[in-house]
Amino acid sequence: MRPIIRVENLTHTYGVNTPFCRSAVKDVSMEIYEGEFLGIIGHTGSGKSTLIQHLNGLLQPTGGKIYLGDRDIWADPKKIRDVRFQVGLVFQYPEYQLFEETVYKDVSFGPKNMGLDGKEIDRRVRSALQFVGLGEDMLEKSPFDLSGGQKRRVAIAGVIAMEPKVLILDEPSAGLDPAGRRSLLENIREYHRKKGTTVVMVSHSMDEVAENVDRIVVLANAGIVMSGTPHEVFSHAQELMDVGLNVPQVTQVAMELKRRGVDIDPAVYTVADLRRALNDLRGGRA
Amino acid sequence: MLKDITLGQFFPGNTLAHRLDPRTKIILVVLYIAALFCAKYFVSYALVALVLVISVKVSGVHPKALVKGLRPIVFIICFTAILNLLYTPGEELVSFWIFTITKEGVLQAFFMVLRFTMLIMGTFLLTYTTSPISLTDGLESLLNPLKKIHVPVHELAMIMSIALRFIPTLIEETDKIMSAQKARGADFESGNLLQKAKALVPILVPLFISAFRRADELAVAMECRCYHGGGGRTKLHVLRYEARDYLVLAGFAAMLAAVLVLGHFGL
Repeated sequence: MRPIIRVENLTHTYGVNTPFCRSAVKDVSMEIYEGEFLGIIGHTGSGKSTLIQHLNGLLQPTGGKIYLGDRDIWADPKKIRDVRFQVGLVFQYPEYQLFEETVYKDVSFGPKNMGLDGKEIDRRVRSALQFVGLGEDMLEKSPFDLSGGQKRRVAIAGVIAMEPKVLILDEPSAGLDPAGRRSLLENIREYHRKKGTTVVMVSHSMDEVAENVDRIVVLANAGIVMSGTPHEVFSHAQELMDVGLNVPQVTQVAMELKRRGVDIDPAVYTVADLRRALNDLRGGRA
Repeated sequence: MLKDITLGQFFPGNTLAHRLDPRTKIILVVLYIAALFCAKYFVSYALVALVLVISVKVSGVHPKALVKGLRPIVFIICFTAILNLLYTPGEELVSFWIFTITKEGVLQAFFMVLRFTMLIMGTFLLTYTTSPISLTDGLESLLNPLKKIHVPVHELAMIMSIALRFIPTLIEETDKIMSAQKARGADFESGNLLQKAKALVPILVPLFISAFRRADELAVAMECRCYHGGGGRTKLHVLRYEARDYLVLAGFAAMLAAVLVLGHFGL
């Protein structure tokens, strides 16, 4: 697969020359491949948010380079806005950035900034709202009259409407109830499947990441400690726990079974896999 | 970028300047400002400057931090200095075109700059060494007599401490909202004044909404803890003057007296 974003030896230090000087990201190198669904996990303060704000040029690295395609995004600082249109970033609790009178106007803020014509904006707004599961009846409502979950969806649609090549979501399901969480993640998966765009999801919920992504990057203490498929990553359960993270609940069950002498792969990470593994143990009977 | 705001910043420490009663410090600043405005000539200014230098030394605040506080008013200082330089009548030194620079003008401008700079430094020293909480505590206590004429002193102090408390929160919030809108291609730098003003709407609307939401939540939280204004409220840390407070107060009063006497002799 072709990398769409390449991070080379990225370092970001806050508060240079002050007593509060601290590196939030230290010498990180990674690649994001075209069309993949990547999960970035790490506990609070591991540098996740700082890392992703570099990917669309909101923060400028204090060391290292970031390539989008094969162009250094800071080669021409005047063109940094183009990078932001190509790498869409949805912040944590994005509902707090809504400001327009109607849902339609708010979602069209991004496309408008891109300088698109009215017809194209209209198409993008409608299609973006469809992806996040909001109906046409929402278009003329005030975003401030919506429920928390709907607001979140409007805000995500605001980024999707720019039709970025890479969509980055920082904890998209934080603070939602379980049903809202499930359906929002379903919408994001659907978006990834239908559009084929690269999606990066930042989370600290192992279960959420395990069920959705193709590949995982684990951050801890300002650096990458592990990366690979969920199976590869979750087979290093002990290392994950050492950096203050956990493994999915399903994996925990499998690990405990293994510890008690059951012959099972401890790195299963979805309910379906665990069920299959247990069935195999019973001799293939359902 | 917004993190550079120094307003109301407090550098924790444990020096004499930090330990003084906040009321004492407020009175000291008042005495200091009075002395500064009564000072007439070099000797008096030197005396006040000496007191400032000693205070800074005692407080352990880095002089750089004080200079940084001057930055926002550099323009005003320069402007007043130039006006004073050009428009003070007196003994002529140089004259060109319609302007005449006089000896009095030079002195006046010099003292003006000195006065402004020392004024700002002195008051900044107060906020640098006093936490916002104790500052409002001290102010409330000093203004207490006004309660007799039904000034809601406690409420005012509470409003002030809440406002100070929320400055960093709102700055952080503004930063976040700006980043989020920039991620959607908002452009705050280019365009004419009108376009720049318009570009602020996507920041201000969410900021106001969240400020109101926070205010509402705070009000509910205060009511949940049965807050109902100042009546009958006692304090955890009761302010009490110590020997050091009286000593320092006496010192500053002596400085003011000395400046007045020196002024009488035109020094």
